[in-house]
Amino acid sequence: MTAAFVAGADAPTEVPLKRRLKRAERARQFKALALVLPLLLFLLFTFLGPIAGMLWHSVDDWEVPKTLPHTVAALSDWNGKDLPDEKAFAALAGDLQAARAAGTVAIPSKRLNYVVNGFRSTLASTARNLKTVPEPGTAKDTLIAINPAWGDRATWAAIKGASGPLTSFYLLGALDLTRNLDGAIVAAPAEQAIYRDVFARTFTIGFGVTVLCLILGFPVAYLLANLPAGRSNLLMIFVLLPFWTSLLVRTCAWIVLLQSEGVVNDGLRWLGVIDEPLRLIYNRFGVYVAMTHVLLPFMILPLYSTMKAISPAYMRAAASLGASPVTAFRRIYLPQTLPGVGAGSLLVFILAIGYYITPALVGGAADQMISYFIAFYTTETVNWGLASALGAVLLLATLLLAVVYGKLVHGQQVTGGMKN
Amino acid sequence: MMDGGMVGTTQALVRFVGVQKTYDGEHLVVKNLDLDIRKGEFVTLLGPSGSGKTTTLMMLAGFEVPTHGEIFIADRPIKNMPPHKRDIGMVFQNYALFPHLTIEENVAFPLTVRGTAKAEVTERVRNALRMIKLENLAHRRPGQLSGGQQQRVALARALVFNPQLVLMDEPLGALDKRLREHMQLEIKQLHEQMGITVVYVTHDQGEALTMSDRIAVFNDGIVQQIDKPDALYEQPVNSFVANFIGENNVLSGTVENIEQGFCRVALASGGSVVAQAVNVQGPGAATALSVRPERIVIVPDGASTDLANRLPATVQDTIYLGDHALAVLKVAGNGEFMVKLPPGAHAGLGHGQAVSIAFRPEDCRALDPV
Repeated sequence: MTAAFVAGADAPTEVPLKRRLKRAERARQFKALALVLPLLLFLLFTFLGPIAGMLWHSVDDWEVPKTLPHTVAALSDWNGKDLPDEKAFAALAGDLQAARAAGTVAIPSKRLNYVVNGFRSTLASTARNLKTVPEPGTAKDTLIAINPAWGDRATWAAIKGASGPLTSFYLLGALDLTRNLDGAIVAAPAEQAIYRDVFARTFTIGFGVTVLCLILGFPVAYLLANLPAGRSNLLMIFVLLPFWTSLLVRTCAWIVLLQSEGVVNDGLRWLGVIDEPLRLIYNRFGVYVAMTHVLLPFMILPLYSTMKAISPAYMRAAASLGASPVTAFRRIYLPQTLPGVGAGSLLVFILAIGYYITPALVGGAADQMISYFIAFYTTETVNWGLASALGAVLLLATLLLAVVYGKLVHGQQVTGGMKN
Repeated sequence: MMDGGMVGTTQALVRFVGVQKTYDGEHLVVKNLDLDIRKGEFVTLLGPSGSGKTTTLMMLAGFEVPTHGEIFIADRPIKNMPPHKRDIGMVFQNYALFPHLTIEENVAFPLTVRGTAKAEVTERVRNALRMIKLENLAHRRPGQLSGGQQQRVALARALVFNPQLVLMDEPLGALDKRLREHMQLEIKQLHEQMGITVVYVTHDQGEALTMSDRIAVFNDGIVQQIDKPDALYEQPVNSFVANFIGENNVLSGTVENIEQGFCRVALASGGSVVAQAVNVQGPGAATALSVRPERIVIVPDGASTDLANRLPATVQDTIYLGDHALAVLKVAGNGEFMVKLPPGAHAGLGHGQAVSIAFRPEDCRALDPV
């Protein structure tokens, strides 16, 4: 009786059943959403918002269109081969006078000076010397007379290139690239091409620190995971101890230890190992030491949690099946720690390539990483475009790494249990 | 230990000689263990948790070192031999299949670490997987298999390199009852087909009785009795074994006299019983009588019986169990006295009814007092 009823009700209600399930699930989903909503909003304002802003700044080109609007309009159909026509000169003269009256000449000057060195003074002198609006038809001669730079195609190409609304100028600049007069992408002049080196240095230091952390952290994590609970807790406190001290204090402690009159050098000299103090700081060595020290816990903790989950039964099984301790470690233990190695390395590497304070304090001029330049452009020269572009490239590199890691880990994992 | 040359003539594959083990230097987990295991034998170490059975197995596998004494495998002392050189296959309670390797790679592991030729590895792995009927899952990972399948893989992995000895540490503990019973038969068949020597640890007496040639009952670090399953059940040598293996009825009393292997025991509540004198000190000593539930008959009040021992009893309860029934009686102060009845025979018994029970002296064993 019951079976017949169920069978009869089954077929026609298949779709409504799904709908009913969805309705039942909805309340739960709302509850889950409500729980994460505060964090989501927080992240939106403090993380996603700024990142979107940074990405926007790296392509935004507002200075010239805003302050020289007529010039930009007049140049819109310029072919770029010869000098622009009289109309453009007249528009520029008008725009400059308006800008001078409004006191905004400095805004396009700064932007255009990135492209052509000395553009700032060209604009300033032109604005200053342009007493009246030139007679119709004489604008070209008047401007060239004031500053011969206006007779140069490159000057106008710079204005056209900066006429917005979006630009690839900063992003290309962050990769040591630029556009030539014809708009083709070429390598930047050697004296400006520093960022590839800086990125390479950043990644080298990041990689070096990651490897050092792995070498130093792996045995510690192994010990932590295999000690009896009491002693491993004590050791864990030592691992976490650095987190209780500020980053700045720890970095300064390294300066005290490593400087030429520092503890290490004095100790070595007292022991008679060296006569002259070793140069241990304000160079790459100091950067590696201090950064490895700061980042070591970020390697140990993921390794520890992975190793803790590896049952000692696996090593016993391997031994009972005839594997020597070395073979068992290499073929059974090590592969199972790889997710932890990956997570720890990714974490340390990503943190390391974003480091600013530590290399700034214990590194030399040749050890400054990309963050130093980002900070330099935001606080010293207020070149938001280039700072954002450098940040965007760094972000892209980090994302790429995360994707690669995700693929690797996904490949490791077992997909879907099938039981029968 | 000095007679290493002489034991070559014995049949024993594994010999424990005076083995002791302590972890804390105060308590012995294993006390003076002497145990011989013959080639081709299936020996189960049975006992409650903490009885020393797993420690014994771990010493044999090489994961624990005896504090005193020596263990021989094929007449070679192995106390200082690392586990991977002992040529012992082991099946663990939680299978311990390597999660990052496929089933095929797991089974091939003991062969590849021994540097076996590739073609031979393939051949033997295929045979091993065929033996456990899992050839079609060769490329799965352990996480994708059910508990029973994982256990079979662990078995294949422990057997594929033809070890001289296979150890199993409660291998079926994580499986459900039906699967466990099925796997018991499967392991038993494998043992018989391949003629391997197996040392099996369990706390499940049913499992031990089903599979073993001999069972060593452990308690408190001592082997209480080592015997064939039927002997262990029918002829327990002490109260621990009688109580640990199967259902047992205990009656406490005092020995009055001993004569030709039988003794008369006065029960504390009055009355007396004739029993086999198995483990009694002598006249006047306390003893615990052991009678199996199926060796007792219930005699209606007033009826006569030719069984020598007859005691008054009161029915407490009857339990229907399908293929048989149990009557719970109060006999000589023991309120949990079980009598096994054929199905249907419990119908005439009601709570509080006065009956008599009777059993043969041969079926009643006077053992050490509990």
